[in-house]
Amino acid sequence: MKHTVSVLVQNKPGVLARTAGLFSRRGYNIESLTVGVTENEAISRMTIVVAGDDTVVEQVTKQLNKLIEVIKVSDLTKESYVDRELVLIKVTADSSNRAEIMQIVNIFRARIVDVAPKSLIIEVTGDEGKLDALISMLKQFGIKEIVRTGTLALGRGPKVIQSGKD
Amino acid sequence: MNLSGAKALMKSLECEHVDTIFGIPGGVVIPIYDELFNQEAITHYLVRHEQAAAHAADGYARATGKVGVCMATSGPGATNLVTGIATAYMDSVPLVALTGQVTTDLIGNDAFQEANITGITLPITKHSYLVHEASEIPQTIKEAFHIASTGRPGPVLVDIPKDVQTMSARFEYPKKVHLPGYQPTYEGHPGQIKRAAKAITEAHRPVIYVGGGAKISGASEEVRALAETIVAPVTMTLMGMGTLPAEHPLSLGMLGMHGTKYANYAVTESDLIIAIGARFDDRVTGKIASFAPNAKIIHIDIDPAEIGKNVRVDIPIVGDVKRVLQKLIPLLKDTHTKEWMEKVQTWKREYPLEFGETGLKPQYVVREISRLCPDAVVCTEVGQHQMWAAQYFSHRHPRNFISSGGLGTMGYGFPASIGAKIGRPDETVFDLAGDGSFTMNCQELATAVAYDVQVKVAIFNNGYLGMVRQWQELFYDRRYSQTKLSEINFVKLADAFGAHGIRVDSPSEVAPAIEEALAVPKPVIIDFRIEPEECVFPMVPAGAALNEIIDAKNGG
Ligand SMILES: Cc1ncc(C[n+]2csc(CCOP(=O)(O)OP(=O)(O)O)c2C)c(N)n1
Ligand SMILES: [Mg+2]
Repeated sequence: MKHTVSVLVQNKPGVLARTAGLFSRRGYNIESLTVGVTENEAISRMTIVVAGDDTVVEQVTKQLNKLIEVIKVSDLTKESYVDRELVLIKVTADSSNRAEIMQIVNIFRARIVDVAPKSLIIEVTGDEGKLDALISMLKQFGIKEIVRTGTLALGRGPKVIQSGKD
Repeated sequence: MNLSGAKALMKSLECEHVDTIFGIPGGVVIPIYDELFNQEAITHYLVRHEQAAAHAADGYARATGKVGVCMATSGPGATNLVTGIATAYMDSVPLVALTGQVTTDLIGNDAFQEANITGITLPITKHSYLVHEASEIPQTIKEAFHIASTGRPGPVLVDIPKDVQTMSARFEYPKKVHLPGYQPTYEGHPGQIKRAAKAITEAHRPVIYVGGGAKISGASEEVRALAETIVAPVTMTLMGMGTLPAEHPLSLGMLGMHGTKYANYAVTESDLIIAIGARFDDRVTGKIASFAPNAKIIHIDIDPAEIGKNVRVDIPIVGDVKRVLQKLIPLLKDTHTKEWMEKVQTWKREYPLEFGETGLKPQYVVREISRLCPDAVVCTEVGQHQMWAAQYFSHRHPRNFISSGGLGTMGYGFPASIGAKIGRPDETVFDLAGDGSFTMNCQELATAVAYDVQVKVAIFNNGYLGMVRQWQELFYDRRYSQTKLSEINFVKLADAFGAHGIRVDSPSEVAPAIEEALAVPKPVIIDFRIEPEECVFPMVPAGAALNEIIDAKNGG
C-alpha cells in the first residue's frame, strides 16, 4: 500500500539530506520525494510517497517527527486529498504517426511542448492513474525519455496543516 | 559586545556551565584552544585519542547526568570521534561534540584534513550543525545543549570552520530556544494512564521491565514505589541495572540473552509487562514472536518512535517516565499477585546464578569487588566480563553502572571510567575490562596518570576475545578462529605509564589485590589471570525464545 505523507520542514541547509537519509538507513522505500518552499519562505513542504503497510508508515511518521527540523508530518492517505504529478515524455514521432499521437495527447488533456522531425515532447499533469494510462498508450510509438516531478499533494477542503507540532 | 567566534564559543560554553572538556587540538581548532589557554572556568583534559575524548565525555555524562563535551580537529580528529558518538547515540547519552572544520571557502574542495563530519554522523547524532557565521555561535550552542539534554537525550555535533572562529560578531547569549519542530512530550496522557492503572489492577502475573530510560529520568524511587505498591517483580536491562538495588526482594536482576533464568521465565509467563524506558532490543526479547506471549504490554517511554517499533503495545504512554509513574502510582489499588510472587520466588531459589570452583573464576572476582567496594561506580568494556559485571556485581545505585549497551563498543570502559571519575572525584571508580577491550584504548593510561585520575582497572585476562570464543565453542565446533590473544605483561604496561600494576593468579590473592588497588593513590591495573575458557551462563542462544535458556549443565 502506498502512503502520501506531507512534511513541513524548516527551510535550512541539510534538511533534505537528513530526511532522505532517514529513509535509506531505516530501510523504508521512497517512491517519490518532492520539496519546495511554502507560503512561508522559512518553511518547505516535502511530499513523500512511501510504500509500506500501516505499521511501516507509522514508524516513518514517528521517525520523521524526531528530526529537529521537521515541524509537522501528516499522512494524507488517511483523509481526502488531491495529488498531481507532472511528466515530460519524449516519444519517437514522424509525419506518419504525429497526428495519431496528437489525438491521444488531446484526449488526455496533455500538451505538446517540443516538436522535432523525429520526436515530440509531451507535457502532462495528473494523478498516477492518468499518467500511467497515457504512458502505456504512448509505448507503441517508442518512448525515448521520461522525466517525472514526483507527486505533489494537498488535503482537500479549508483545513490546513499548521506549522506547530501536536 | 563584539567577540571572535572562538571567544563567543568559550562564553557560550560558560553560559551552559561547562567546566570539563575532553579533546585533542589540531590545525583548524587552534583559535579555540588559544581561547582555552586564557580562561579558568573550563578544565580541558588532553586525551591521547579522540575516541577516548568522546567516551570520557560520555562516561562523565552518564555518571553525573550533565552534558558531556568533547572536542576534536577536522578530518581525522573528527572521524576518530565517530565510534564515541555512535556509542552515545545508541545509549541516549547527552553529549556535545565540537569539531573544527576547514575554512568555509575550502569546504567541498577536498581540502587538507577535510571530512564531511556532519554528513558522516548524520545517522548517529540527535542533531548536528555546520556553523556558517560567528554570529550563529551563541544560538547554536544554546540549541545544541538544549537538544542534547532534553527529551530522549543524545549526541549533538557542532562543526565550526576555522574562519568562523576568527571572524568577529556581536555576542549575546539567547535566553530561549525556538525550535518549533522539537517539543518533547513530558506528561503522559491521563486517559492512557487510567487504562494502564486498570490493566495493572486486573493483572495476575505482572512483570516490571526497566530500561535505561528510568535512570535518565531519575525514576528509581518511582520504580521502587510501583513495584512495592503492586508487589510485582522487577527485571532490568543492561542499561537499567541499579534502578532497583540487586538485593531488593522484588529484583530479578537482568533479563535477556545473559539474564537470569528466573527473570526470563517470569517474562515468558507474565500476563502484563510494564515496560519503563526500555526499547525491546533483540538482546532482551530473544525470539520476538515468543516474547511474553500471553501478556498485555504497557509501554512508557519519552520517545514515541520506540512504541510499537519491535513489539505490539496494548497501552502506550508517551512521556517522561518519572512524571508518568508519579501520576500512575496513586491510581493503583490492590493486586492479586500473591500466587505469582510465590512462583517467582520458587524460580529464584531453584535457578540461582551459579559458577564452579576450579581455578580463578571471573564471577568470584566480580563478587569480591562488589563486596569490598559496594558503592563503586563500575564501568565495563564489552564481552564476557561485561556480562559477569552485570550479573555478579550487586548493583545498588542507578548511575553507578556504566556500560556500552546498544553499540557494544570494546574500548569504551576505560576512557568512560576516566570521565566518570572526573565527574565524581570522591568515589571509587572501577573499569571491569577484558584483556582484548582494554588494549583498544589503553593509551589513556597516560591521561589518567597525567591528571592523576585514580581509576582502578580490573582486567579479566582470559587470553581470548572471550565472548567470541564462547560462541565458537558453543556454536562453531570449538574452531577458535582469530580469538586467541597474545600475552601482554599488564604490570609492566602500568609501570611504563607511571601507573601501578598488580598480578593475581589465585583466588586467595583477589581480596588483598583489591585492597592494595584501593590503597595505592594512583591509577591501578589489576591483571586477574582468570580461567581462560570460562563461559557466560545462563544464555539464550541467538534467535531462541527467552525460556529456551541454557546453562553450563545443558549447554557447555
Ligand atoms: C570495537 C569492537 N570490535 C569488535 C567487537 C566484537 N566483540 C564483542 S565481544 C569481543 C571480545 C572481547 O574480548 P575481551 O575484551 O578480552 O573480553 P572477554 O569477552 O574476553 O571478557 C569482541 C571481539 C566489539 N564488540 N567491539
Ligand atoms: Mg578476554
